[in-house]
Amino acid sequence: MNTIIFRTISPVLVALTLLFSVFVTLRGHNEPGGGFIGGLIAVSAFALYGLSHGVPTVRHAMRFHPMEIAGFGLFLAGASGMLSIVFGVPFLTGLWVFPTIFGVEVALSTPMFFDIGVYFVVTGSITSIALALEAREGGV
Amino acid sequence: MAAPDPNAPAVDIAAAMVTAPSTFADWLLILPVAVPLLTGAILVMVRHHTHLHRPLAGAGLAILLGLNLLLLQRVVTEGPVTMMMGGWLPPFGIAFTADVLGATFATTAAFAALVATATAGPSINTAERRYGFYPFLMLLMTGVTGAFLTGDIFNLYVWFEVLLISSFGLLVLGSEKRQIDGTVKYGILNLVATTLFLASVGLLYGTLGTLNMADIAAKARAAGPEAPLVTIAALLTFAFAMKAAAFPLNFWLPASYHTPTPTVSALFAGLLTKVGVYALLKVGVLLLGNQTGAFSSVLVVVAGSTMVIGALGALAGSDLRRILGWLVISGIGSMLIGVAVGTPTALTGSIFYAVQSMLVMTALYLAAGVIEARCGTGDLRRLGGLYAVSPLFAGVVLVLFFAVAGLPPFSGFWPKAILVEATLAADLPWLAAAVLVAGFLQTLAVGRVWLYAFWRGGPEGTPDGTLQLAGIGRIEDPADRIALVGPVVVLAGAVVLMGLVPTVVGGLAEDSARGLIDPAGFTARVLGATAP
Amino acid sequence: METALSVLVGLFLATAFYLMLSKKIIRILLGVAVMGNGVNLLIFTSGRLTRELPPIIATDAYVLPPGAANALPQALILTAIVISFSFFAFLLVLAFRAYQDLGTDDTDAMRFAEPVVDDGPPQGY
Repeated sequence: MNTIIFRTISPVLVALTLLFSVFVTLRGHNEPGGGFIGGLIAVSAFALYGLSHGVPTVRHAMRFHPMEIAGFGLFLAGASGMLSIVFGVPFLTGLWVFPTIFGVEVALSTPMFFDIGVYFVVTGSITSIALALEAREGGV
Repeated sequence: MAAPDPNAPAVDIAAAMVTAPSTFADWLLILPVAVPLLTGAILVMVRHHTHLHRPLAGAGLAILLGLNLLLLQRVVTEGPVTMMMGGWLPPFGIAFTADVLGATFATTAAFAALVATATAGPSINTAERRYGFYPFLMLLMTGVTGAFLTGDIFNLYVWFEVLLISSFGLLVLGSEKRQIDGTVKYGILNLVATTLFLASVGLLYGTLGTLNMADIAAKARAAGPEAPLVTIAALLTFAFAMKAAAFPLNFWLPASYHTPTPTVSALFAGLLTKVGVYALLKVGVLLLGNQTGAFSSVLVVVAGSTMVIGALGALAGSDLRRILGWLVISGIGSMLIGVAVGTPTALTGSIFYAVQSMLVMTALYLAAGVIEARCGTGDLRRLGGLYAVSPLFAGVVLVLFFAVAGLPPFSGFWPKAILVEATLAADLPWLAAAVLVAGFLQTLAVGRVWLYAFWRGGPEGTPDGTLQLAGIGRIEDPADRIALVGPVVVLAGAVVLMGLVPTVVGGLAEDSARGLIDPAGFTARVLGATAP
Repeated sequence: METALSVLVGLFLATAFYLMLSKKIIRILLGVAVMGNGVNLLIFTSGRLTRELPPIIATDAYVLPPGAANALPQALILTAIVISFSFFAFLLVLAFRAYQDLGTDDTDAMRFAEPVVDDGPPQGY
C-alpha cells in the first residue's frame, strides 16, 4: 500500500472525501444523507490517510484525539436537545431560526446541530477503532 | 407509532403535536438521562485531564441522585409522569414515562452508584482513568437511568445497548488476561440476549403496530386470541432472564463479575442484573401481564431453581467475589417470584428485594475490594484473621451478610417474609419452601465465608488457637481508608435503616406493584385524551 | 412475500444458531452478526411489505403519498444496524485481543477467569 501513486493521490482524495462528508451531512435534513453516513465518509477519509501515510501522521493531522471529537459530538447533540428547555417545549423539539447572512437566508435548526453532533460522534468513535486496527496491523 | 393514514387528505400538523408548554417539572424526566449523558460527553472531551474526572463525575452523580429524588417525590404524589420527545402526540414519537417502579429503581441505582464511585479514587489507577473509567461510568448511568425511565419499548432496547457498550468498556479496563476472558463471555451472551429482545420488539410491532409501552399495555389486553402474544412474551422473558442471569441462563455472571476492579464489580452487581429484572417486571407484568400467565409454571420453576442453585454455587465457591456473584444470582430468583406468581403481594416482595439487593450487593463487592486491598487476595484458603485486625469492619460485613441471607432485623428479611406469605397464598408451597431452603443455604454460605475470612486465626494451616496476621496489610493513606471503607459503612447503614423501618421502601414497592397490576392509570396518564 | 421473507429469517437464524454452537470465538461472532441481520430482516418483514414507493414526503406535501412503504421499521432497522455494527466492531477487536493475549480462540481453553485447577475447598476453621 506504499506506492508513489497512492501516496501522491491520497491527500487529494482525503480532502475531497472530507468535503463531501460535510456536504452529505448538511443536506441530510430533507434529502438522503445525514450525520451518520457523513461521519462514515469522514472515517473512510481518515482511514485512507492512515493507510497511505501511517497512523501517527493521521493522529497528528487530526490535532484532537478521535475520542475527544466523539465526546464533543455527544455534547453537541445532547445540548441541542436541551436547548428546548429555554423555550418551554419538550426535549428534542425542533427549533428553527432563519437569519439572513450576506443576503442569503440560512436555515439554522436544532435538528441540524443534532446531526452535526452525530457526525462528530461517528467520525470520532469509528476513526478511533479504525486507527487502532490499522496500527495493530502494522500499517505503514 | 403506526404509519400515518395514507388516505388522509391533509394533515393539520398542530393536531399531531403537544401544544401545552412543558414545565420544569416535566423536565425532571429528561434531566436524569441528560445530566449523566452530558457529563459523560464532557469527560470524554477532557479525557487527558484526569484530575478533573473525579470531581466532575461526582458532581454529575450527586445531581443525578437529587433529580431522581425529586422525580420520585413527584411520581409518588401525582402518579405516572410522561413527556414526549419532540412534542409529538402519544402514541407517536418516543415517550419517557416514569412510574413509581422506575423512579424507585432509578433513585436506588443513583444512590448505589454515587456511593460506589466514592471508592474509585484509590481503587482505579491512573492508567484505568486515562482509559476512560469515569466517562464509561457516566454513560453506564445514562443507560441505566434511561432504561428505568423510558416509556417506549424500542427506546428501552437502545438504553440496554448504551449500558452494554459502557459495561464492556468498564470490564476490560485493566486489560488483564482474566478480564479479557470475562468480557468475551459477558459480551457475547449479553449481545445475544439484546438481539433476541430486539427480535421480540419487531414481532410485537408487527402484531400490535405500536411501540409505546402504554399503548402496548392497552392493545395487548384488547387483542384477540389469534395474536401470537404468548410467544412474544416468552421470547421477551427469555431475553430478560438472560440479562438478569436467571438459571439456566446465568453462566456468564460468575464468569465475569469477579474479573474487573472491585468498584466496577460493585456497580455491575448493583445495577446491571436489576435492569434485566426491571424490564421483566415492566414488560412481563405491566405490558403483557395477561400473557405471562400461560407459562407461569415455567417461571415458578426458574425462580425456585435460580434461588437454590445460586445459593449452592455460593456454598461451593472458594473465591470471595465469585461467591458474591452466585449470591447475586440467588437474589435474582427472589425477584423473579413476583413475575411468576403475579399477585400484588408477590410483586411487592420482589420489588422490595430488588431495591435492597442493589444496596447490599454493591456494599458486599466494595467490602470484598477492601479485603483484597488489605490481603492481596480473595481466595478463602489464604484469608483469615481479619476479625482480630479490625473487628468493626468484620461487624459491618456480618450485617451485610445477614441482610443477604434474609435474617431479621436486616433489610433482606422483610421482602423474603412477604414472598413466603405471597407464595403460600398463591398455593405454591414448593416455591415457599424454595425461598426458605435458599435462605438457609445462603446463611450457610455467608457464614462459611465469614468464618474463613474473619473469624479463624489465619490462613489455611494456622493451628487452632493461634493468630497469624502477617499477610494482612494496612491501607496506609487515611484518606484512602475512608474512601474505601466509608461507602461500605454508609451502605450498611442504609441496609440497617431499611430493615428497622421497612415501611418506606415497602410502601414504594407496594405502590409500584399496584401500578404494575393495573395498567389503567398508567395508560390513561400517558395516552391522555387520545386513549381509546 | 412476507412468507418468503419469513422463511429467509428462519434460515438466517438457523445459520446463526448453528455457528454460535461452535467453540471458536470467530465463528460465534459470525453467528452473532448473521443473527443481527436476521433480526433486522424480521423487523422489516413485520412492518408489512406493500409497495415499492419509498417513504419520502414530497416538498409540497405534509403526508406520505398513498401506498408508500412503512417508514418506521426502516428507522428501527437503521438504529439496530448502527448498534450491531459498532458492537460487532468492538467484539472483533476484543476477540483479536483475546487471541493475542490468551493465545487461543477456543472457548473451552479460555479458563483464565474460571481456572480449572482447583485445590479444593478451604480446610479447617
